[in-house]
Amino acid sequence: MKLDHSLPLEYRTEEGQLKILGFWIFLGAEIMLFGTLFASYFTLVDRVGSGPSGAEIFEITPVLIETLVLLTSSFTIGLGIHAMRLGRKKAMLSFFAITLLLGLAFLGVEIYEFVHYVHIGAGLQTSAFTAILLTTLGTHGLHVTFGLFWGLFILLQVKKRGLTPETANKSFIFSLYWHFLDVVWIFIFSFVYLKGMM
Amino acid sequence: MEFFERFAIPHPSAPIYASMVAIALTIVAIIAGLTYFKKWGYLWREWLTTVDHKRIGIMYLISALLMLFRGGVDALMMRAQLAVPDNKLLDAQHYNEVFTTHGVVMIIFMAMPFIMALMNFVVPLQIGARDVAFPRLNALSFWLFFMGAMLFNISFVVGGSPDAGWTSYFPLAGNEFSTSVGSNYYMIAIQIAGLGTLMTGINFITTIFKMRAPGMTLMKMPMFTWSALITNAIIVFAFPVLTVALAMGTMDRLFGTHFFTTNNGGMDMLWANLFWVWGHPEVYILILPAFGIYSEVISTFARRNLYGYKSMVVSMVLISFMSFLVWVHHFFTMGQGALTNSIFSITTMAIAVPTGIKIFNWLFTLYKGKIEITTPMLYALLFIPLFTIGGVTGVMLGMSAADYQYHNTMFLVAHFHMVIIPGVVFAMLAGLTYWWPKMFGFMLNERLGKLAAWVIGISTLVAFMPMFFSGLDGQARRMYTYSASTGFGPLNMISFVGAIGLAVGFAIIVYNVYYSVRYASRDIGADPWNARTLEWATHSPVPEYNFAIVPHVKSAEALWDAKKKRHILFQGDYEKIHMPNNSGVPFIMSSIFFVWGFAMIFSMWAVAIIATIGIFACMAHRSVEIDHGRYISVRKIEETETKLRGAK
Repeated sequence: MKLDHSLPLEYRTEEGQLKILGFWIFLGAEIMLFGTLFASYFTLVDRVGSGPSGAEIFEITPVLIETLVLLTSSFTIGLGIHAMRLGRKKAMLSFFAITLLLGLAFLGVEIYEFVHYVHIGAGLQTSAFTAILLTTLGTHGLHVTFGLFWGLFILLQVKKRGLTPETANKSFIFSLYWHFLDVVWIFIFSFVYLKGMM
Repeated sequence: MEFFERFAIPHPSAPIYASMVAIALTIVAIIAGLTYFKKWGYLWREWLTTVDHKRIGIMYLISALLMLFRGGVDALMMRAQLAVPDNKLLDAQHYNEVFTTHGVVMIIFMAMPFIMALMNFVVPLQIGARDVAFPRLNALSFWLFFMGAMLFNISFVVGGSPDAGWTSYFPLAGNEFSTSVGSNYYMIAIQIAGLGTLMTGINFITTIFKMRAPGMTLMKMPMFTWSALITNAIIVFAFPVLTVALAMGTMDRLFGTHFFTTNNGGMDMLWANLFWVWGHPEVYILILPAFGIYSEVISTFARRNLYGYKSMVVSMVLISFMSFLVWVHHFFTMGQGALTNSIFSITTMAIAVPTGIKIFNWLFTLYKGKIEITTPMLYALLFIPLFTIGGVTGVMLGMSAADYQYHNTMFLVAHFHMVIIPGVVFAMLAGLTYWWPKMFGFMLNERLGKLAAWVIGISTLVAFMPMFFSGLDGQARRMYTYSASTGFGPLNMISFVGAIGLAVGFAIIVYNVYYSVRYASRDIGADPWNARTLEWATHSPVPEYNFAIVPHVKSAEALWDAKKKRHILFQGDYEKIHMPNNSGVPFIMSSIFFVWGFAMIFSMWAVAIIATIGIFACMAHRSVEIDHGRYISVRKIEETETKLRGAK
């Protein structure tokens, strides 16, 4: 295996470089995926049928908690990658663990929110608006859920195998994914919730 | 009992029962054959678990050819039904299912894998790489496509095929008007295959960006590789739109949501828009690699450098942008209003400009060339006039005011067949013939090849030109019959004759393969066409590591200049070569996807949940697995090279 020591650990193998570029392209596809969901959301947002509108069901408190928790988790995973670059495995693992716990908290609040919506009569089958709302939020939520499992697997691997070019590469790619979910959430927060509550 | 009724076919008929028996017998025959000849191990080791881009390419090719015949039989059934007025060969429901599956099979399960086949086989060789960037992902792409295709194809014997057209417009495709599970098949099977396609897109962009041979800058890439790059970029940006649309359609059908319904706020036109935001770029996903093949073939057999290399690249980039800006022209008549229609009319006509540039570049490449008419070249030369007929009628359809006259008539059907058959199918046949010696180490018979090209070329005109006239006369597409008083009878009979001609042409190709397997010389060397690009610089058939020494490239016509200007491609000594290990996980994971898809289609939730867990278990396995690949030793390379050189 050829190693280029002038680069950070995660870029050191050629395979690692390929994987990082490939993942960026994948994120391009993810932008299209969420872009399509947003476009559909804006198309259907006023088509509430006999169901409630956004302004009637959105509550600011859980949304603010979700936002704070997720933004913080994006910060902590950044710290985690920074620690990884410094070669401090223990600090990195702690930051990754904090990130995943925050992700879990986000998911908990989101599940509460969904239960609440269904409870007040804004279920998946109520109207085109509720369907696209829950689908957009749900797609993001499923990404977070997937990320929790993925992150856990990486955390365990770093713990067991140490910081190698492979584990560093995996961790770095995971951090890209996690930051991306954060970016998507900023759009959801601004254009679904805030705009909906105005 | 109710549980089992869902698996029955809604409109059974004798041919369907016959095909059920045929499918069962084929499966038994395959299993018995593999067991009798003790080939299970071989199949598993060499094919099902392979991550070699060349073998994956060949598997794509076999699947594409199988699907070509499936879609072709559909086409023959339709033309036979319409050949005479008031025909009773097929009933309306059966006809609906046949035209729906014809469209889906031909576009998604024939043309796409055919392109994937040639891209997989050729692109890594053309850029001097040893494999794609993510070989195992590549295997997963193939198997997902394959399982999607299988799932779609069992629909006509289990539960009924989709019957809402290949565009599957809602509300027709919704639960209210499509009560069988047919449209579920559509939503789920295409979703699974589409995931595979998206992965291919990511894989090939990374490969082309990062794995080119030293010295091959972007502007020195062969034109087919350029077309593959642009195509995969379109794939990455278009397919997620389809993913979302299909997911919404699935939810409407299975979970009772109201995305595309006509009540509770649902919006049926949202489907049409999303479908074509994917669907129009999809047209260019099909045609750009075809253009790439024609560029290679024309420049090889005119013995000239491609005219206007830079303008070729620029026009492909322009086409890829504009392909996302024309989707509304597929439904001008569905009430957008004059302003919207005008805008999309203009973008539609504008996209003909870069396409025209490419046509002229090919003509100028031919001009003053030492043209040699081989089978691939014959397809390329037939393509230019025939495709122009299709293209110009496309501009006619693109004028929104006039489109009200043509919309959903046979004129439209004639137009898109005249672009897709000369554009895509001829290109695939040209590419198949052109790269066949590289794939299998012998050439297809030229005399039979040219005969097939002429038969297919002329039959295309005979089959589709009459439709322009019957369409202008008012014959609507997708009507399963018509009365004698309409006067459409003779024109449709001519079309039927053309369809038979096409069938004969493809039969000649099959015979050609058989004939060449038996009689063609195996002593053809590495470069039988006297070609210009790197794939012809290594042996035929290609060793698993592609190039014993990584080539150094100085120009866009690397091999040609090596031959004419004495550039040295290969210098240095053999070094051990790193190769990826085979893996059964892509096949297993895709098989679980098949089970998942089937369970979803029939709303068997417990099975679907178990399969979902299985899919994630495969991903978890991949996450913790340690696989550093393997090395081919210098001694092994020397042995292989000596053997291959000896065979020359």
